[in-house]
Amino acid sequence: MANTYYLIASNTVGSGGASSVTFSSIPQTYTDLVLKSSVRSTSTDNWLNISFNGTSATVNWSARWIGGTGTAANSSSSTNSTYSVLENDSTTTASTFSNSEIYIPNYTSANAKSLSLDNVFENNATAAQSFLMASLWNNTAAITSMTLTPSSVNIAQYSTFYLYGIKNS
Amino acid sequence: MAAGSTYTPIATQTLGSATATVTFSSLGSYTDIVLIFNGTMSSAAQVMFRLNSDTGNNYSYTKLYGQGGAAGSARESNISGGVLGYYNGGSSPITQILHIQNFGNSNTYKTTISRSSDPGNIESSVSLWRNTSAITSISILNTGGVNIASGTTITLYGIAAA
Repeated sequence: MANTYYLIASNTVGSGGASSVTFSSIPQTYTDLVLKSSVRSTSTDNWLNISFNGTSATVNWSARWIGGTGTAANSSSSTNSTYSVLENDSTTTASTFSNSEIYIPNYTSANAKSLSLDNVFENNATAAQSFLMASLWNNTAAITSMTLTPSSVNIAQYSTFYLYGIKNS
Repeated sequence: MAAGSTYTPIATQTLGSATATVTFSSLGSYTDIVLIFNGTMSSAAQVMFRLNSDTGNNYSYTKLYGQGGAAGSARESNISGGVLGYYNGGSSPITQILHIQNFGNSNTYKTTISRSSDPGNIESSVSLWRNTSAITSISILNTGGVNIASGTTITLYGIAAA
Protein backbone atom coordinates (compact mmCIF):
# COMPACT_ATOMS: atom_id res chain seq x y z
CA MET A 1 0.00 0.00 0.00
CA ALA A 2 1.43 3.35 -0.97
CA ASN A 3 2.39 5.89 1.67
CA THR A 4 0.11 8.60 0.43
CA TYR A 5 -1.83 11.14 2.47
CA TYR A 6 0.56 10.30 5.22
CA LEU A 7 0.33 12.30 8.42
CA ILE A 8 3.70 14.02 8.86
CA ALA A 9 2.82 15.93 12.03
CA SER A 10 -0.05 17.56 13.86
CA ASN A 11 -0.46 20.34 16.40
CA THR A 12 -3.38 20.98 18.72
CA VAL A 13 -3.10 24.32 20.49
CA GLY A 14 -3.26 24.00 24.24
CA SER A 15 -4.46 26.16 27.08
CA GLY A 16 -3.26 29.73 26.81
CA GLY A 17 -3.04 29.66 23.03
CA ALA A 18 0.03 29.71 20.81
CA SER A 19 1.96 32.60 19.29
CA SER A 20 2.80 30.50 16.24
CA VAL A 21 2.76 26.94 14.93
CA THR A 22 5.81 25.47 13.22
CA PHE A 23 6.33 22.23 11.33
CA SER A 24 10.07 21.68 11.08
CA SER A 25 12.20 18.98 9.49
CA ILE A 26 9.56 18.29 6.85
CA PRO A 27 10.64 15.07 5.10
CA GLN A 28 11.77 15.55 1.52
CA THR A 29 10.39 12.19 0.48
CA TYR A 30 6.90 13.20 -0.61
CA THR A 31 5.70 14.94 -3.75
CA ASP A 32 3.04 17.29 -2.37
CA LEU A 33 2.08 18.74 1.02
CA VAL A 34 -1.43 19.33 2.36
CA LEU A 35 -2.10 21.35 5.51
CA LYS A 36 -5.58 21.05 7.01
CA SER A 37 -6.43 23.52 9.76
CA SER A 38 -9.24 24.42 12.13
CA VAL A 39 -8.43 27.76 13.71
CA ARG A 40 -9.74 30.49 15.97
CA SER A 41 -8.01 33.69 17.09
CA THR A 42 -7.91 35.19 20.58
CA SER A 43 -8.19 38.66 19.00
CA THR A 44 -9.81 40.35 16.03
CA ASP A 45 -7.13 38.92 13.75
CA ASN A 46 -8.55 37.06 10.77
CA TRP A 47 -5.48 35.60 9.14
CA LEU A 48 -2.39 33.58 9.87
CA ASN A 49 0.70 34.47 7.88
CA ILE A 50 2.75 31.64 6.42
CA SER A 51 6.52 31.43 6.06
CA PHE A 52 8.83 28.72 4.83
CA ASN A 53 12.32 27.71 5.90
CA GLY A 54 12.42 30.32 8.65
CA THR A 55 12.33 33.17 6.15
CA SER A 56 9.92 35.82 7.34
CA ALA A 57 10.62 38.23 4.45
CA THR A 58 7.51 38.84 2.41
CA VAL A 59 9.21 40.23 -0.68
CA ASN A 60 8.93 36.98 -2.63
CA TRP A 61 5.22 36.49 -1.96
CA SER A 62 2.13 37.41 -3.93
CA ALA A 63 -1.50 36.36 -3.72
CA ARG A 64 -4.82 36.69 -5.48
CA TRP A 65 -8.19 35.67 -4.18
CA ILE A 66 -11.93 35.63 -4.65
CA GLY A 67 -14.21 35.69 -1.67
CA GLY A 68 -17.59 36.42 -0.21
CA THR A 69 -18.95 37.48 3.15
CA GLY A 70 -22.62 36.84 2.49
CA THR A 71 -23.43 39.96 0.52
CA ALA A 72 -21.28 40.43 -2.59
CA ALA A 73 -18.41 38.46 -4.09
CA ASN A 74 -15.11 40.24 -4.52
CA SER A 75 -11.61 39.68 -5.80
CA SER A 76 -8.34 41.29 -4.89
CA SER A 77 -4.61 40.76 -5.05
CA SER A 78 -1.54 41.67 -3.13
CA THR A 79 2.20 41.54 -3.40
CA ASN A 80 4.16 40.78 -0.25
CA SER A 81 1.12 38.97 1.10
CA THR A 82 1.64 35.88 3.22
CA TYR A 83 -1.99 35.46 4.26
CA SER A 84 -2.68 31.75 4.37
CA VAL A 85 -5.11 30.42 6.96
CA LEU A 86 -8.36 32.22 7.78
CA GLU A 87 -9.25 32.36 11.46
CA ASN A 88 -12.54 32.84 13.24
CA ASP A 89 -11.81 36.01 15.16
CA SER A 90 -12.77 36.54 18.79
CA THR A 91 -15.92 38.48 17.88
CA THR A 92 -17.51 35.53 16.10
CA THR A 93 -19.82 33.02 17.74
CA ALA A 94 -18.06 31.19 20.57
CA SER A 95 -16.62 27.76 19.81
CA THR A 96 -16.66 28.33 16.05
CA PHE A 97 -13.45 27.49 14.21
CA SER A 98 -12.47 28.06 10.60
CA ASN A 99 -11.80 25.30 8.08
CA SER A 100 -8.78 25.61 5.80
CA GLU A 101 -6.83 23.53 3.32
CA ILE A 102 -3.52 24.48 1.71
CA TYR A 103 -2.23 22.32 -1.16
CA ILE A 104 1.45 22.68 -2.11
CA PRO A 105 2.53 20.56 -5.10
CA ASN A 106 6.16 19.70 -5.78
CA TYR A 107 7.40 21.31 -2.57
CA THR A 108 10.93 19.96 -3.05
CA SER A 109 11.30 21.28 -6.60
CA ALA A 110 13.71 23.99 -7.73
CA ASN A 111 10.82 26.04 -9.13
CA ALA A 112 8.70 28.75 -7.52
CA LYS A 113 6.01 27.29 -5.28
CA SER A 114 2.37 27.73 -6.28
CA LEU A 115 -0.08 27.28 -3.40
CA SER A 116 -3.81 26.55 -3.66
CA LEU A 117 -5.74 27.66 -0.56
CA ASP A 118 -9.39 27.16 0.45
CA ASN A 119 -10.59 29.06 3.52
CA VAL A 120 -14.03 29.27 5.09
CA PHE A 121 -15.76 30.09 8.32
CA GLU A 122 -19.45 30.12 9.10
CA ASN A 123 -20.86 32.06 12.01
CA ASN A 124 -24.66 31.74 12.08
CA ALA A 125 -24.50 35.52 11.77
CA THR A 126 -22.90 38.18 9.63
CA ALA A 127 -19.11 38.19 9.18
CA ALA A 128 -18.98 34.67 7.81
CA GLN A 129 -16.35 34.40 5.11
CA SER A 130 -15.28 32.17 2.23
CA PHE A 131 -12.05 32.67 0.27
CA LEU A 132 -10.39 30.81 -2.57
CA MET A 133 -6.78 31.90 -2.90
CA ALA A 134 -3.73 31.44 -5.09
CA SER A 135 -0.39 32.28 -3.51
CA LEU A 136 3.06 32.25 -4.99
CA TRP A 137 6.30 31.89 -3.05
CA ASN A 138 8.81 32.93 -5.68
CA ASN A 139 11.69 30.99 -4.20
CA THR A 140 13.43 27.94 -5.64
CA ALA A 141 14.43 26.39 -2.32
CA ALA A 142 12.84 23.14 -1.24
CA ILE A 143 10.41 23.63 1.63
CA THR A 144 11.89 22.15 4.80
CA SER A 145 9.84 23.95 7.44
CA MET A 146 6.57 25.87 7.68
CA THR A 147 5.46 28.44 10.26
CA LEU A 148 2.01 29.98 10.74
CA THR A 149 1.93 33.22 12.70
CA PRO A 150 -0.93 35.59 13.58
CA SER A 151 -0.47 39.31 13.04
CA SER A 152 -0.86 39.85 16.75
CA VAL A 153 -1.59 37.89 19.92
CA ASN A 154 -2.41 34.22 19.82
CA ILE A 155 -3.99 31.30 18.06
CA ALA A 156 -6.78 30.08 20.33
CA GLN A 157 -6.87 26.85 22.30
CA TYR A 158 -8.30 23.82 20.46
CA SER A 159 -7.11 25.07 17.08
CA THR A 160 -5.70 22.13 15.11
CA PHE A 161 -3.18 21.75 12.29
CA TYR A 162 -2.49 18.54 10.36
CA LEU A 163 0.31 18.33 7.80
CA TYR A 164 0.11 15.48 5.29
CA GLY A 165 2.51 14.24 2.65
CA ILE A 166 1.32 12.85 -0.67
CA LYS A 167 3.59 10.71 -2.79
CA ASN A 168 3.07 10.15 -6.49
CA SER A 169 4.92 6.85 -6.67
CA MET B 1 -0.83 7.19 11.52
CA ALA B 2 -0.72 4.25 9.19
CA ALA B 3 -0.80 4.97 5.51
CA GLY B 4 -4.29 4.87 4.07
CA SER B 5 -5.64 3.39 0.89
CA THR B 6 -6.65 6.83 -0.33
CA TYR B 7 -4.77 9.15 -2.66
CA THR B 8 -3.04 6.16 -4.15
CA PRO B 9 -0.79 7.26 -7.00
CA ILE B 10 -1.98 5.88 -10.33
CA ALA B 11 0.44 7.59 -12.68
CA THR B 12 2.52 10.74 -13.05
CA GLN B 13 3.97 12.45 -16.09
CA THR B 14 6.69 15.12 -16.04
CA LEU B 15 7.00 16.67 -19.46
CA GLY B 16 10.47 16.81 -21.00
CA SER B 17 9.21 18.93 -23.88
CA ALA B 18 6.12 20.91 -24.80
CA THR B 19 3.27 18.51 -25.43
CA ALA B 20 -0.16 18.98 -26.93
CA THR B 21 -1.99 16.29 -24.97
CA VAL B 22 -1.22 14.22 -21.88
CA THR B 23 -3.39 11.13 -21.52
CA PHE B 24 -3.89 8.81 -18.59
CA SER B 25 -5.47 5.45 -19.25
CA SER B 26 -5.68 2.37 -17.04
CA LEU B 27 -7.36 4.34 -14.26
CA GLY B 28 -7.77 1.38 -11.93
CA SER B 29 -10.68 0.36 -9.76
CA TYR B 30 -11.07 3.36 -7.47
CA THR B 31 -14.17 5.33 -6.54
CA ASP B 32 -12.89 8.84 -7.23
CA ILE B 33 -10.06 10.38 -9.18
CA VAL B 34 -7.98 13.44 -8.26
CA LEU B 35 -5.67 15.02 -10.83
CA ILE B 36 -2.95 17.50 -9.85
CA PHE B 37 -1.51 19.83 -12.53
CA ASN B 38 1.58 21.83 -11.55
CA GLY B 39 3.21 23.81 -14.34
CA THR B 40 2.48 26.16 -17.22
CA MET B 41 1.23 26.28 -20.80
CA SER B 42 3.19 27.59 -23.77
CA SER B 43 1.01 30.72 -23.72
CA ALA B 44 -2.12 31.97 -21.97
CA ALA B 45 -4.81 29.37 -22.45
CA GLN B 46 -7.61 27.43 -20.89
CA VAL B 47 -6.34 24.14 -19.46
CA MET B 48 -8.98 21.58 -20.37
CA PHE B 49 -9.69 17.88 -20.22
CA ARG B 50 -11.40 15.28 -22.34
CA LEU B 51 -12.80 11.99 -21.10
CA ASN B 52 -12.58 8.72 -23.05
CA SER B 53 -11.07 10.71 -25.94
CA ASP B 54 -14.50 12.20 -26.66
CA THR B 55 -13.90 15.14 -29.00
CA GLY B 56 -17.60 15.93 -29.45
CA ASN B 57 -19.28 19.04 -28.16
CA ASN B 58 -20.54 17.15 -25.13
CA TYR B 59 -19.08 19.31 -22.37
CA SER B 60 -20.15 22.45 -20.54
CA TYR B 61 -18.83 24.43 -17.61
CA THR B 62 -19.59 27.23 -15.17
CA LYS B 63 -16.83 29.03 -13.33
CA LEU B 64 -16.29 31.60 -10.58
CA TYR B 65 -13.11 33.60 -11.05
CA GLY B 66 -11.13 36.57 -9.83
CA GLN B 67 -8.12 38.41 -11.22
CA GLY B 68 -7.74 40.96 -8.46
CA GLY B 69 -10.54 43.29 -9.50
CA ALA B 70 -14.18 42.30 -9.33
CA ALA B 71 -15.15 38.66 -9.00
CA GLY B 72 -16.81 37.20 -12.07
CA SER B 73 -18.59 34.15 -13.36
CA ALA B 74 -18.71 32.67 -16.85
CA ARG B 75 -20.03 29.61 -18.59
CA GLU B 76 -20.02 27.82 -21.95
CA SER B 77 -22.20 25.04 -23.31
CA ASN B 78 -21.70 22.45 -26.03
CA ILE B 79 -17.92 22.66 -26.17
CA SER B 80 -15.35 19.95 -26.82
CA GLY B 81 -13.71 19.74 -23.40
CA GLY B 82 -14.17 20.33 -19.68
CA VAL B 83 -12.22 22.92 -17.71
CA LEU B 84 -9.44 22.82 -15.15
CA GLY B 85 -8.92 26.59 -15.24
CA TYR B 86 -7.34 29.45 -17.11
CA TYR B 87 -3.55 29.87 -17.25
CA ASN B 88 -2.86 33.59 -17.37
CA GLY B 89 0.45 33.39 -19.21
CA GLY B 90 2.90 34.19 -16.42
CA SER B 91 6.19 32.41 -15.92
CA SER B 92 5.35 30.95 -12.52
CA PRO B 93 3.86 27.46 -12.24
CA ILE B 94 0.19 27.20 -11.44
CA THR B 95 -1.62 24.60 -9.37
CA GLN B 96 -4.82 22.99 -10.61
CA ILE B 97 -6.79 20.26 -8.86
CA LEU B 98 -9.51 18.26 -10.64
CA HIS B 99 -11.91 15.98 -8.73
CA ILE B 100 -14.01 13.35 -10.50
CA GLN B 101 -16.34 11.40 -8.25
CA ASN B 102 -17.76 7.97 -9.10
CA PHE B 103 -15.90 7.92 -12.37
CA GLY B 104 -16.67 4.25 -12.95
CA ASN B 105 -20.45 4.49 -12.83
CA SER B 106 -22.33 3.92 -16.06
CA ASN B 107 -25.68 5.45 -15.16
CA THR B 108 -25.10 9.18 -14.83
CA TYR B 109 -23.52 12.04 -16.72
CA LYS B 110 -20.21 12.99 -15.11
CA THR B 111 -19.86 16.22 -13.14
CA THR B 112 -16.38 17.40 -12.13
CA ILE B 113 -15.10 20.16 -9.85
CA SER B 114 -11.79 21.95 -10.25
CA ARG B 115 -9.71 24.58 -8.48
CA SER B 116 -7.15 26.62 -10.36
CA SER B 117 -4.59 28.70 -8.49
CA ASP B 118 -2.68 30.97 -10.86
CA PRO B 119 -0.91 33.99 -9.36
CA GLY B 120 -2.76 36.04 -11.99
CA ASN B 121 -6.13 34.32 -11.95
CA ILE B 122 -7.98 32.17 -9.46
CA GLU B 123 -10.93 29.98 -10.38
CA SER B 124 -13.37 27.38 -9.16
CA SER B 125 -15.19 25.51 -11.91
CA VAL B 126 -17.75 22.82 -12.42
CA SER B 127 -17.82 20.87 -15.69
CA LEU B 128 -20.31 18.40 -17.10
CA TRP B 129 -19.64 15.59 -19.58
CA ARG B 130 -22.96 14.49 -21.06
CA ASN B 131 -22.17 10.81 -21.29
CA THR B 132 -23.11 7.92 -19.01
CA SER B 133 -20.12 5.76 -19.90
CA ALA B 134 -17.63 4.82 -17.21
CA ILE B 135 -14.51 6.95 -17.54
CA THR B 136 -11.57 4.93 -18.83
CA SER B 137 -9.16 7.68 -19.82
CA ILE B 138 -8.45 11.34 -19.05
CA SER B 139 -6.62 13.67 -21.41
CA ILE B 140 -5.28 17.12 -20.52
CA LEU B 141 -4.95 19.64 -23.31
CA ASN B 142 -6.03 22.97 -24.71
CA THR B 143 -8.61 22.46 -27.41
CA GLY B 144 -7.27 25.53 -29.23
CA GLY B 145 -3.89 23.88 -29.75
CA VAL B 146 -1.73 25.58 -27.10
CA ASN B 147 0.84 23.14 -25.76
CA ILE B 148 1.43 22.12 -22.17
CA ALA B 149 4.90 23.44 -21.33
CA SER B 150 8.03 21.44 -20.62
CA GLY B 151 8.60 20.80 -16.93
CA THR B 152 4.91 20.52 -16.12
CA THR B 153 4.01 17.68 -13.78
CA ILE B 154 0.61 16.00 -13.92
CA THR B 155 -0.28 13.30 -11.42
CA LEU B 156 -3.36 11.14 -11.08
CA TYR B 157 -4.48 9.72 -7.73
CA GLY B 158 -7.20 7.21 -6.94
CA ILE B 159 -9.46 7.29 -3.89
CA ALA B 160 -11.21 4.10 -2.83
CA ALA B 161 -14.44 4.25 -0.85
CA ALA B 162 -13.74 0.87 0.70
